[in-house]
Amino acid sequence: MNAVTASATGFLARYEGLTGRLPGDPAPRRAARDILLSAGLPHLREEGWRYTNLAPLGDARFHEALTEASGFTGDDDLPSLGGLSELPRLVFVQGRFSSAQSVLPELASVRSFAANAEFGALANPGRDRLVALNTMLAEDGAIIEVAEGVDAGSLVLISAGRDIHGTPVAFHPRHSIRLAAGARLTLVEMAVGHGQYLHNPVTEIVLGEGAALSHVRLQNEGLAAYHLATVYADIAARATYDSFTLCAGARVARTELLVRLHGTGGHAAINAAQLLRGAQHSDFTTVVRHEAPGCASRQTVKHVLAGRARGVFQGKIEVDRLAQKTDGYQMNQALLLSPDAEIDCKPQLEIFADDVKCSHGATVGELDSEQMFYLVSRGIPQAEARALLVQAFLGEALDMVADEPARAMLDDVISSWWVHEG
Amino acid sequence: MPAIAETLNTVQSVADNGYKWGFETDIEMEFAPRGLNTDIVRLISERKGEPAWLLEWRLAAFSAWQGMEEPVWALLNYPKIDYQDSYYYAAPKKKAGPASLDEVDPELLRMYEKLGIPVSERAILAGVEGAEARPPMAVDAVFDSVSVATTFRSTLAKSGVIFCPISEAVREHPELVRKYLGSVVPPTDNYFAALNSAVFTDGSFVFIPKGVTCPMELSTYFRINAKNTGQFERTLIVCEEGASVSYLEGCTAPMRDENQLHAAVVELVVLDDAKIKYSTVQNWYPGDAQGRGGIYNFVTKRGACRGARSKISWTQVETGSAITWKYPSCVLQGEGSVGEFYSVALTNNHQQADTGTKMIHIGKNTTSTIVSKGISAGHSNNTYRGLVRILPKAAGARNHTQCDSLLIGDLCGAHTVPYIECRNPGAKVEHEATTSKISEDQLFYCRQRGLSQEDAVGMIVNGFCREVLKELPMEFAVEAQKLLAVSLEGSVG
Amino acid sequence: MLEIKNLHASIGEKPILRGITLTVPDGQVHAIMGPNGSGKSTLSYVLSGHSDFTVTDGTAHFDGTDLLAMEPEARAQAGLFLAFQAPVELPGVGNANFLRTALNAVRKARGEPELDAAQFLKLARAEAKRLQMPDDMLKRNVNVGFSGGEKKRNEVLQMTMLQPKLAILDETDSGLDIDALKIVGDGVNALRSPGFSALVITHHQRLLDHIVPDAVHVLAHGRIVRSGGADLARALEAQGYAQVIAEAA
Repeated sequence: MNAVTASATGFLARYEGLTGRLPGDPAPRRAARDILLSAGLPHLREEGWRYTNLAPLGDARFHEALTEASGFTGDDDLPSLGGLSELPRLVFVQGRFSSAQSVLPELASVRSFAANAEFGALANPGRDRLVALNTMLAEDGAIIEVAEGVDAGSLVLISAGRDIHGTPVAFHPRHSIRLAAGARLTLVEMAVGHGQYLHNPVTEIVLGEGAALSHVRLQNEGLAAYHLATVYADIAARATYDSFTLCAGARVARTELLVRLHGTGGHAAINAAQLLRGAQHSDFTTVVRHEAPGCASRQTVKHVLAGRARGVFQGKIEVDRLAQKTDGYQMNQALLLSPDAEIDCKPQLEIFADDVKCSHGATVGELDSEQMFYLVSRGIPQAEARALLVQAFLGEALDMVADEPARAMLDDVISSWWVHEG
Repeated sequence: MPAIAETLNTVQSVADNGYKWGFETDIEMEFAPRGLNTDIVRLISERKGEPAWLLEWRLAAFSAWQGMEEPVWALLNYPKIDYQDSYYYAAPKKKAGPASLDEVDPELLRMYEKLGIPVSERAILAGVEGAEARPPMAVDAVFDSVSVATTFRSTLAKSGVIFCPISEAVREHPELVRKYLGSVVPPTDNYFAALNSAVFTDGSFVFIPKGVTCPMELSTYFRINAKNTGQFERTLIVCEEGASVSYLEGCTAPMRDENQLHAAVVELVVLDDAKIKYSTVQNWYPGDAQGRGGIYNFVTKRGACRGARSKISWTQVETGSAITWKYPSCVLQGEGSVGEFYSVALTNNHQQADTGTKMIHIGKNTTSTIVSKGISAGHSNNTYRGLVRILPKAAGARNHTQCDSLLIGDLCGAHTVPYIECRNPGAKVEHEATTSKISEDQLFYCRQRGLSQEDAVGMIVNGFCREVLKELPMEFAVEAQKLLAVSLEGSVG
Repeated sequence: MLEIKNLHASIGEKPILRGITLTVPDGQVHAIMGPNGSGKSTLSYVLSGHSDFTVTDGTAHFDGTDLLAMEPEARAQAGLFLAFQAPVELPGVGNANFLRTALNAVRKARGEPELDAAQFLKLARAEAKRLQMPDDMLKRNVNVGFSGGEKKRNEVLQMTMLQPKLAILDETDSGLDIDALKIVGDGVNALRSPGFSALVITHHQRLLDHIVPDAVHVLAHGRIVRSGGADLARALEAQGYAQVIAEAA
């Protein structure tokens, strides 16, 4: 067995140990196992993984999967919710649904994957091997459904993780979000934790015709954690998927958003900000696939990198032959605050239709010295001036978060990040 | 007048629609046996009368190549190449050296005529020096694997400029060749470079000594003529401190049903304050409208800006080849050095191109500019792939990339794959890319003024490419415009 | 010169022209006036052959030939010129190069010798000067970065260079100041001759002060609802379209 496949060995052994105890149809899990057995975890020599090294993941010895939620959680393990505290929330601890800490919504149906395990049709474990890993080992997750025409308001989805007495833990939640035609939902996802653990969630989102999902995601995992998230979103005609992701946590993170616009007039926004310092590595990878005519996609991604942090952005817009009148836009900007920080970006266009308007832009640089001077000359201290300019830089992406409590929560995370940094 | 100018004139009468450089020249050839092994490598080296060190160099490259895998990351789709099914050495049979032009096969001279090698050049080839040469241009013609004639050598020699076939340079200037060969593109750099290093047969060598501005433009014509023959030329250009040169290359090949392999390596070296402007008009046979035949063009081109304030500028107009895999690059080591890449890549019918550049910023205050214009028509696929890498010491580095694609018709693809890797906070990198089609309004406007649909498309496409075409030497640019229009024939209407 | 009979045209499924009949004799200038959406610009596009519009009925003849059967460039080469309401930009295409290519295409069709660069530039510079256009307008890219007024003047420059038999001016006066209006008027008047006709599409009377028409037609809902002499334009200006159209109905 070569070094590549060896990296999945620990996970494969765990799967064998759990046989018969995992919920749902075992067939997809076996298929996922076979994929990992032959191809292993993604490695640097693969084009989509040239900037993110998962080798340390194979070396880390993760604890036996938990078959039930261990009761370590006090509410102090949960993030501060601020204005979101009034909202219904689903709390997952170590990947398991914690009903005691959750407040179920009235207008959306919520079921657990543990009791209703079903693998959706969007996931592609053959291509996306972290999804194969999830499929093989998923124990729990949230199944959220909003019925036709219903505006379900806002819902918070929290994941809290931590190592157990210094031993790392791995969990692979499987979420599914379905909005029927004309339904609406604002989903605020927050991932937090302490110590070393692996959080490898897969989320499948299906939006019916004219549905609208506003998806605000905070990745603020513990600074020793691995966060490897994959989100699939299928968007029907005239539906809107409006997402914003803030990546501030984890030692190694990869967020992959795979969006498919398959109905005329669909709209997707995949905005993000990454705030990294120390030795953090965060990879934000997106593929927006236009398969139907007259769809629009918008993407603004900002990186602020301090210390020895490394930010990665890979963004691909694919336009199918049938997707005439596509309007695709993508902007990726990075601010390097330290001589040891690094940004790698690969914004891609892959276009097979001729009547399209697609553009992307990327810039990398440091803070504008003239702007700095202007602020300082008005008596603003250096550190504050830097903070002001960085927040202005991030503002362009953050301003796309329309939901006020969610925006306030993100602003709080950014301010406290800045307190540590400044 | 540059090659393609007259070519275009000649061409109109040569063939009907389609590729117009497709004539074949019947010249007696000498072939080495088909296939690739150490014996062939030794045979090539022996035929060239090479010193032992170069044979060793080739053999090392060949052994490395055997252990390498053909790259698969490009957006290219072609059947597996059987490297044993090709000839690696083909040369026109001739007697002594090329100095005696009378001995050149008259068929070869007729080929020059068809290729449109400048009138003055043909006069010179015919021994009538002194014909009204405008700002003259020195020409090296590489026919299949062998350089057959180089003009204006004595004029150049007066300024200390060396312009000769590389095989001759190996014999005449071994210290220079040994110093620079493989220093920019090491023999093991990539699969095709390793192959080239093992079997290259000829190419041009240019050396511009310290402080000299080359008194004329230098040009090489590459022509593949023989069947089933790979062409592996190797070009090396060195500019010492303060020297500068403008170098042009043109490429054509006959129409053939089978695919032919072309795997060239070009190395450029510039020292302090030196400049090289390298312009290419690549018009290898692209295959027919159904995608049969055509050249597989796998080329490694790289320049090293070793000196402070040195500059390398690549300009390419790529209209030919069935497959193009080519990334002319700059390694910007010297403080304040400058790299430029201006590219037009046009694909039609079933052509596939994956082309772009790499700008590696190592030194302080290095700057690079990338302007890429891709045009896709027919069933073709056209990919821009470019890397901008800023290393930690490249404070003050700057890059600007503009990358535009134009689609003509709805069966083709246009792709953009930039890689930006930045490890210095004082650097500034900007990348912009757009994809669009020719608007109906623009076409109608032109047609309302009396232009035919094809002329209107040609005019709009040339406008789209203007930023690149203006970087070409003037007459080359005019002819490149015509070439773009000719290459688009049949793609509209 | 131009003979239109019962012309119907639509864009997609939507009918725009609903039976236009109009004759412009040699040497005459006719004005087409009408409110927004009456089909004025559509008429100019249909006559010049824009593919967005489908002719569903009727005929149009230009010097006796069936105009509707010709490709757009053939119509241009036969001497039909459209001064666009909103001329499109052609990035990277030099204005002089464009104009010379167009002029030579038209000259070739007329059996006249093509002009070389020097002959052309001499002519173009003289015309540009007459139209009080700055020299650099010939060097710039076609309409790229031109102000509204510059674009319109550029259209008139092309018209005077190409020497059409029939010029259609589609709201060439919109966005022009008084001085520019006079220059445009002078440009058209200079072409007036027994072999030149024009269709001047406008909202306003003021251009017609400079280019006095032989006839004025009012277009509404895709039909000509009223025709008259130059004084009709003045009446329209005074009373507004609504009343004139109401009276006609």
